[in-house]
Amino acid sequence: MQVSVNKISERKAAYLFIIPAVVLLAAFLLYPALQTVRYAFTDYNIMRPDRIKFCGLNNFIELFQDKDFWIAVKNTLHFTVLVVPFQTVLALALALLISSRRKGVSIFRAAYFSPQVTSMVVVAILWTVLYNSNPSSGLLNALLVNLGMEPCGFLNDPKTAMNSIIFMSAWQGAGYQMMIFLAGLQGIPKDQYEAASIDGAGKIKSFLYVTLPGLKNVISYVIMITVIQAMKLFTQPYVMTKGGPQNATRTLVYYVYEQGFQKRNFGYACAVAAVFFVIVISLSVGMKKIIKAD
Amino acid sequence: MTQKQRKQIGSLAFYIGNTIIALIFVSPLIWMISASLKPEAEIFKGLNSISTFIPKAASLANYQEVFSRINMWKFIFNSLFYVMVIIVLDLFVNSLCGYALAKFEFKGKNALLTLVISLMVFPAEAIMLPMYREMADLGWINTWASLIVPFVAKCFSIYMFRQFFLDIPNDLLEAAKIDGCGPIKTFFRVVVPISGTVYATILILDFVAHWNDFMWPLLVVTGEEKRTVQLAIQTFFGSKPINYGPIMASLTISAIPMLLMFVFLQKYYVEGIASTGIKG
Repeated sequence: MQVSVNKISERKAAYLFIIPAVVLLAAFLLYPALQTVRYAFTDYNIMRPDRIKFCGLNNFIELFQDKDFWIAVKNTLHFTVLVVPFQTVLALALALLISSRRKGVSIFRAAYFSPQVTSMVVVAILWTVLYNSNPSSGLLNALLVNLGMEPCGFLNDPKTAMNSIIFMSAWQGAGYQMMIFLAGLQGIPKDQYEAASIDGAGKIKSFLYVTLPGLKNVISYVIMITVIQAMKLFTQPYVMTKGGPQNATRTLVYYVYEQGFQKRNFGYACAVAAVFFVIVISLSVGMKKIIKAD
Repeated sequence: MTQKQRKQIGSLAFYIGNTIIALIFVSPLIWMISASLKPEAEIFKGLNSISTFIPKAASLANYQEVFSRINMWKFIFNSLFYVMVIIVLDLFVNSLCGYALAKFEFKGKNALLTLVISLMVFPAEAIMLPMYREMADLGWINTWASLIVPFVAKCFSIYMFRQFFLDIPNDLLEAAKIDGCGPIKTFFRVVVPISGTVYATILILDFVAHWNDFMWPLLVVTGEEKRTVQLAIQTFFGSKPINYGPIMASLTISAIPMLLMFVFLQKYYVEGIASTGIKG
């Protein structure tokens, strides 16, 4: 008797416990997600909310012929393809630098992590100033001139603007991945290194045959979260370049923002957002499959 | 060369190498702080020498100018307030849900768990337009509600809580039941007090994520009344007169709360980041 009473109240408790989260997720995640798909098939303009017309695949047809959309896709991929390996290698290198258990190591750890503690907006504004193309007011160009090189246009030059954002983003973000790598390095059993050194393996060999295989899962995970993060690039171009110069840093999310909120083509922007969503989800599902297959 | 000497050389290389690399790594931040303490005319003088990183006559004049030109205290308060409310509600709502998924049996449990796991990587950027529309329909634009309510329930938090609660021994819960505790009392009296770590971890991860959030506040905050720190420094960066000393001071000020948070909760933050990597 006692047991059954408890069981009933436990089931009731279960629903009581999940209801707030479920209601909120339904209202602020699932509902807007469905709305994105719905609006994507309409000509919704935010100035005329009373006149929404279903327009079938028009938005998507227009999208595939829209040069600016393809530039945004290209820029997003450019950022992702370069920032992911650069940031991952940098993070792994930093983790290896401080993986030994010496006194004071936490100071170095904090130093490498400090750009992460400073927010992206702060970092983006700071680097906009550092990247100034005039060597007399930009620290990085002053350094280049000191080293006997030509000053670089950085954010002002369409050829270098995206790469400048990549360099800064990797610097800002590497600390986070470094922390994950540090935890991964601690998970590699010590005796594997001892065995390797008995077999006569030097530092490079033990890195290649012990460290890298031991970190395989962690590396895949880091690459996955970095790819997803990179695909969402918005704050840096918004603060630093407003998508310019000559569209060189206009990304997919930036394009959604621009179409939806500045040009007020809500329906069209939702179509871009839907395509963006499909790209991100297929990337993450694809990467998860690759990781599991290994 | 003896073993001991070799070790000492290794140590020396470790400290010298790391010191040089760390200094180069943080040099942009050192320059930011140094510039914030300099008079405007000095900031871009001698950029090509190492002395650009050290202010000759440090003064807080730029900081005074920031506080006199904009209501920085209010923006810091705004950010702290809305982030804190999100955190408190997140901890409450998502730990309840995570606990139900870990320890209760109910219809639809597996479906909910699958949903939570698959929505963990959901990019919020993809739904911001209808979300904005939803806020407008609710009359929430430029209110605390639009900054807070959409971010209370989080699949990531639910999952983290569930993973933690799974490890709580069932014997402990049985014992509470025998002592006459119902499920609700058991949760608040027995489970929550021994789960400080996971609460602290979610707290700091949440704080960092929302303190830094830029895009959503940019959309839903239209005036000064609810302006967040990130919006404030971005606006300050573009508003005349453009003086770089005060700009660098505003950047430094806005980094301080995060820095303090990191100093005090470093252990949980590091553990949180690490555990997402290992379990993920």
